Amino acid sequence: MPNIKELNDFTTQVRRDIIRMVHKVNSGHPGGSLGCAEFFVSLYQDILETKDDFDMDGIGEDLFFLSNGHISPVYYSVLARSGYFPVEELNTFRLLNSRLQGHPTTHEGLPGIRIASGSLGQGMSVAIGAAQGKKLNNDKHLVYSLHGDGELQEGQNWEAIMYASAKKVDNLISTIDLNKQQIDGSTDDVLPMGSLRAKFEAFGWTVIDIEKGNDIEAILKGMAEAKSLTGKGKPVCVLLHTVMGNGIDFMMHTHAWHGKAPNDEQLANGLAQNPETLGDY
Amino acid sequence: MKTYTYTEKKDTRSGFGAGLAELGRTNPNVVALCADLIGSLKMNEFIKENPERFFQIGIAEANMMGIAAGLTIGGKIPFTGTFANFSTGRVYDQIRQSIAYSGKNVKICASHAGLTLGEDGATHQILEDIGLMKMLPGMVVINPCDYNQTKAATIAIADYEGPVYLRFGRPSIPIFTPADQKFEIGKAVQLTEGTDVTIVATGHLVWEALEASKVLNDAGISAEVINIHTIKPLDEEAILASVAKTGCIVTAEEHNHLGGLGESVARVLALHHPTPQEFVATNDTFGESGTPAQLMEKYGLNSNAVVKAVKTVIKRK
Repeated sequence: MPNIKELNDFTTQVRRDIIRMVHKVNSGHPGGSLGCAEFFVSLYQDILETKDDFDMDGIGEDLFFLSNGHISPVYYSVLARSGYFPVEELNTFRLLNSRLQGHPTTHEGLPGIRIASGSLGQGMSVAIGAAQGKKLNNDKHLVYSLHGDGELQEGQNWEAIMYASAKKVDNLISTIDLNKQQIDGSTDDVLPMGSLRAKFEAFGWTVIDIEKGNDIEAILKGMAEAKSLTGKGKPVCVLLHTVMGNGIDFMMHTHAWHGKAPNDEQLANGLAQNPETLGDY
Repeated sequence: MKTYTYTEKKDTRSGFGAGLAELGRTNPNVVALCADLIGSLKMNEFIKENPERFFQIGIAEANMMGIAAGLTIGGKIPFTGTFANFSTGRVYDQIRQSIAYSGKNVKICASHAGLTLGEDGATHQILEDIGLMKMLPGMVVINPCDYNQTKAATIAIADYEGPVYLRFGRPSIPIFTPADQKFEIGKAVQLTEGTDVTIVATGHLVWEALEASKVLNDAGISAEVINIHTIKPLDEEAILASVAKTGCIVTAEEHNHLGGLGESVARVLALHHPTPQEFVATNDTFGESGTPAQLMEKYGLNSNAVVKAVKTVIKRK
């Protein structure tokens, strides 16, 4: 298991990957990707129990579903650097004939991806189905999912949230990226959602907060707690308090970089703040 | 001319229920989901025999489609059940992204399609579902014609890997296909041989087409009736072979003429063998409340309408 310094170094490299990928094609979503870099690194380098070779059915291993598919840069970077496909392939992000589509898809056969996402609000239902499939298969492994906080404005989530507790889907850990930003501004400006903890609890979930959602130690501790709460008759929600654009100072604490690429100068600035660790692709 | 008779009438949705029950006994990977319409979809038998493989979702069709997609991961073969209206238009984006684009092995089973749902009226009478579903890349679209064929189709689609839309209905209609007929996806079934006109029909309109062929035969018109149970992939060869002989065609379906079987046939003909065609279908309209028979008469979807269309198309040869 990598130590904290190694995971932090990994994260620094992932940040470089994210802004280089987005800069090259002058499109994509760096803000949310950077905000979830520590979470993805923790997930794929420590938390998930996975088999060596990827297969779609994922029997006998933990599964992860990304519902807010626009943060594909962080997903692709971490998958590649975790061995799912060659790191050099990050060069093809959003290019014609690439397996690294703007939003993740199974359609091009990219290892690591089990569902297309991008149109928001659908991932929790899929994760629930996979979790119920695991129960039918008597597979004790867990299903993890990640959702944007703004994404919870999509109504399908609340169908899924209601269902998961009613049907005791207790092998599911759904994490909400609580960065309080969405495309048009802060979530409080666009559509205030009140207390997500109160909402999830009212719907019958067990809820924990990870206040330092960009701190790997805090993430590992919080997710271990979340895991300990599975199997007790309730689905588990993790409210992951993150900073959008984390790790690149001029991208932090704003929705401005939700779906905007840095220019040459901004790229150089961002890379200077995150020196190469594992080697650029 | 070969003629068809029947001794019993049944609803096609019961054919689905019987097929699903049989799958429950023969295929341990088949699971079923329903959005609060178990009785309407005739899923009771499957549920009674396989309670652990049934998922009652509640009135939440979007969630049902997503859960179905997730259940395929791990090897299950989910059959979703609700009305056609709520199986398609209501959940189009969920089907598009989580099922079709994701290539998931989900069977979307849709009852109460078309006008024959009857008295509930236009909110529930979808006449656009074939078009919606056939436009999705990779989606197979099937609309069987009677109880036996619906049962056979239900069983057959479990062995096909990929997303399928299976459309059936509420009213009791004659059972005229053999109980032991093998269902082949994408393979048209020729019901009568004829030389003057080809009639290709799908779903409830197949029996109406057969009834029409008897009337036409008495009037000296020889009609070749073909049952197109699979709208996508379409059996182009069967259609082209028939029109090569007859020189004109009528398509018949319980669906809008925009986006339905007729348009799919017209494309094939335009590309390979331009042929006069008439459409028995609804004319860009919503339905309304009424009995199924009243509605099929008012909207021109019965054997009388087929006869009329045949007489028109023959003059265009």
